[in-house]
Parts: sequence; C-alpha cells; structure tokens
Amino acid sequence: MTELTLRLPCSEADVRKLRVGDRVTLEGTLFGIRDATLIHMFDRGRTTRFDLRDHAVLHTAPGAKKVPPSAEHPAGYAPLCIGTTTSARMERFTRPLMERHGVRLIIGKGGLGPETSKAFRDLGGAYLAVIGGTAALETTWIERIEDVDLDDLNPESLWKFRVRGFGPLLVGMDSHGASLYADVQGRAADRRAAALKSIGVRG
Amino acid sequence: MIVDLAAVEETAKLLYIRALKILPPDIKEGFKRLDAAETDPTGKSILKTMIENIGVAEKTNNLLCQDTGIPIYNVTIGRRVQVDGHALKEAIIKGCERATREHPLRSSIVHPITRVNAHTSSGERIPVINIDFSAEDETLTIEMIPKGSGSENGSFLKMAIPAEGVDAIKTFVVDKVIEAGGRVCPPTIVGVGVGGTADLCMHLAKIAATRALGSRCADAEGAKLEQELSRAVNSLGIGPQGLGGNATAFAVHVETAATHITMNPVAVNIQCHSARRATATFTPKGVELGF
Repeated sequence: MTELTLRLPCSEADVRKLRVGDRVTLEGTLFGIRDATLIHMFDRGRTTRFDLRDHAVLHTAPGAKKVPPSAEHPAGYAPLCIGTTTSARMERFTRPLMERHGVRLIIGKGGLGPETSKAFRDLGGAYLAVIGGTAALETTWIERIEDVDLDDLNPESLWKFRVRGFGPLLVGMDSHGASLYADVQGRAADRRAAALKSIGVRG
Repeated sequence: MIVDLAAVEETAKLLYIRALKILPPDIKEGFKRLDAAETDPTGKSILKTMIENIGVAEKTNNLLCQDTGIPIYNVTIGRRVQVDGHALKEAIIKGCERATREHPLRSSIVHPITRVNAHTSSGERIPVINIDFSAEDETLTIEMIPKGSGSENGSFLKMAIPAEGVDAIKTFVVDKVIEAGGRVCPPTIVGVGVGGTADLCMHLAKIAATRALGSRCADAEGAKLEQELSRAVNSLGIGPQGLGGNATAFAVHVETAATHITMNPVAVNIQCHSARRATATFTPKGVELGF
C-alpha cells in the first residue's frame, strides 16, 4: 500500500502506477458530475466549456447556496454540503467520459462494474473511493466552487471545485484489472451457501 | 387537545433540518458496537471516518450527508386530539418546502418523467405523509425521515409462494444484501417485510428499515428471523462501503402482517448508515423534540 498526493491534472503514467489499496489525496481541481449531467452530455448532445482532460470527476450533486459572485465564491455559489453519491448508476458513462473527454479518475462510492474495469485497463484510469455518507467531512476538503456549467440541471450541474487535501481516498479499482468491490462480491458469493445453511435453509 | 397548525408547519421544517444534522443516539451506539467488533483494517478505518463525520456535522452544524433524501413524515394521532387532517397535511408540506428554501437545502425531488426539479423538496404525493392512530391520550407525534436514495434504490419485492416456505424469505434477504453490496452505503439496517399485500409488504420493509436499533419485531417468529438474518448477513464479509469487513449491517429488522393462503411475499428496503430520523411530540404541554 502506498500513500501519495496527486495534483490535478495528472498524467496517464501517474494513474497507471496506482494499485488497489493505495491511498491518494488530491490537490487542485475536481469536477462534479451526476446522472442528469451525464445523460445530457452523452444522450442529448450537450457540450461543456470545461476541459476535463487528465482530470478527476466526482459523483456528486452538492448542496450549494446562491450568493453574489466574489473572490471567495467566483461562481456565485457557496458550498453548503458536498458529498458523494452511489456510482453504480453511472457505469455506462465511464468509457465515453474517458474516450471523449480524457477523464483519468472517477471518484465515487460503492464502486463500478466490469465495463469500467475494462475502460480503465484500455485507457488508463482508476476509481477512488470516498466514504459515502461522510459529506460533512468531505465539505471541509472543498476550498471553493470555482465555476459551474450546465447549471440549468442544478443541482446536477457540472461543477468545478477547488480542493485542498481531498482525501485520503482508497484506490478501489485500478488500471490493471483489480477491483476491491469485485473481490468482496466474489467472497460474499462464496460465503452465501454457508450463511444460508447456518440459518436452516435447505440447499 | 387542539393542534396548533402554525406549530406543525414550523416543526415540520425544524424536523427536516434536525434529522439531516444529528444522528439518533441508537445509531451512534450502533457505530460503537460495530467498531469494537470490526477486525478488517479497511472496514475499521472506514467506520472511524464515519464516526468522525458525525462529530464534524455537529461541530460545523452541517448535514451528515449531502443527500437530503425523499422526505417522509409519519404522523400518529392519539385519542382526544382535534385536528383538521387536510390542513395538517398542508402544514407539513409547507414546513418541508420552507426548510428547503430557508436553510437552504438541496432539493432532491424531481418529476418522475420530465425529471424537472422544482427546488421545493416537494411534488406530487411528496413529501410522503403516512397517518396512523394510537391509543395515547392527547398526543400527536410526527416522525421525519429523510430517506437517502442510495439505500432506497436497494428495494426489492418477491411474491414468493407458500410451497417455497420461510426458506424463500431467508434466501431472498441474503441474496439482495449481496446484490446491493456497497451501493447502499453499508453498514445498513436491512428492513424486511413479510406478509400482507405487495404494497403493504414493501411498506413493512420501510417501517423495519427505519425502526430504532435495539427494537424488536412484535411478532415472535419475526423476531427470531431478525436474529438469524442479522447473523447471516454479517457473515458475508461485505463490510463498510462494500470494501470488506464484518460490519455489513447494524441489524436486520423484520415487520410482519397476515397474508393470503396463496401468498408468501417478502420485501427488502435498506437504510444506509446515515440512518436519520427526528421526532416531535405534541401534547397539551407543548412540543418536545426527540428521535
């Protein structure tokens, strides 16, 4: 297990070095995306003025308060509560995010599936696990909301966050085909028969 | 007792905000218990962060989780309580909308087909308002539950048949906990409904999922099932966040209802570790907040 800090944007080589179990703290810029953002980008042809190349996207829809734009709140939004949502719903968007926008890292909770693992292997990406439901803590890692695009989808806008010490995050899936989620699921499937037998279920 | 509807509106607002910020004591105790029993280093470190987050939320007066959920209000009306039921529902909806606007809170509610968000945390038939009656004298309680979507998406119904017996119930629960994995934000409370009609069965599962830890199913057979299933799901190794460990669920809770001779329904509704709820009790003495 390695502990490291990654400043974004990062390179493919940086990401290919990551192995499941490593702990990564992010610095710089993160982009927040979610179901509606992705549906509009990939199913409805919407485009963004943001350059996501070699960046990390966070599965989120933050609570933010509209305020007059200032140096502290350049986008006119003050962060209230920024946390992470379940990634599994967004499985089919990993490959297009990487192929068309050059995204390198997906940050989420609960993990992604085999299609994502394959995209990570083919294109050089990794999944970083935030601990879901710990948004009060996560919010303290967000310095400010720097910009926002596709804001008609609010709160499912495309958010640009400036972060400081975002993590440590656990590498849950890497570019070498490893997935902690698949390992745990495999183990649970192996233990299923014994669990059922222990409570009197006749096989 | 005549219910003051202005107080109901204000309380409906307060309860939503309070539920989002302060975890009930039984859940905090549940975390301590799971942490003490966790042997997996990853699981242990995740539980530590979850416990830290509870403290940060209280210290910074912030929400525990960014998901403001689907707002649910469970109203229980006791004896000798005088209230205009329609106006009561209106007051609750207004309180819910005011919490969203005035705090402000992220509105997580959209039209189911157009997906348009009106930014009010309300919409057609939302907030969910369940009304029931109790034998308590001059007492009205409102329980508020912001039900997170990650765990609500972990909802499953099976209309099993009598020939499949109780084995079908047990197998279904274990299989759905495996299928849900880390997506439902474990450690969870696994709510199980047994019996009734299809809709009642799922409602029972929701009651079970949102019951306080330490409470037991009133039906003896249901209580036995709770113990067996709690043990079984915690032997699977799914662990906190589905990243491995002992702490897959705080508990499995079961609620039962009589059912038809041809039916054997089972439903699963899961509550995430951010198992939020807040309660207000109205009596002639005033309003008391609790969990």
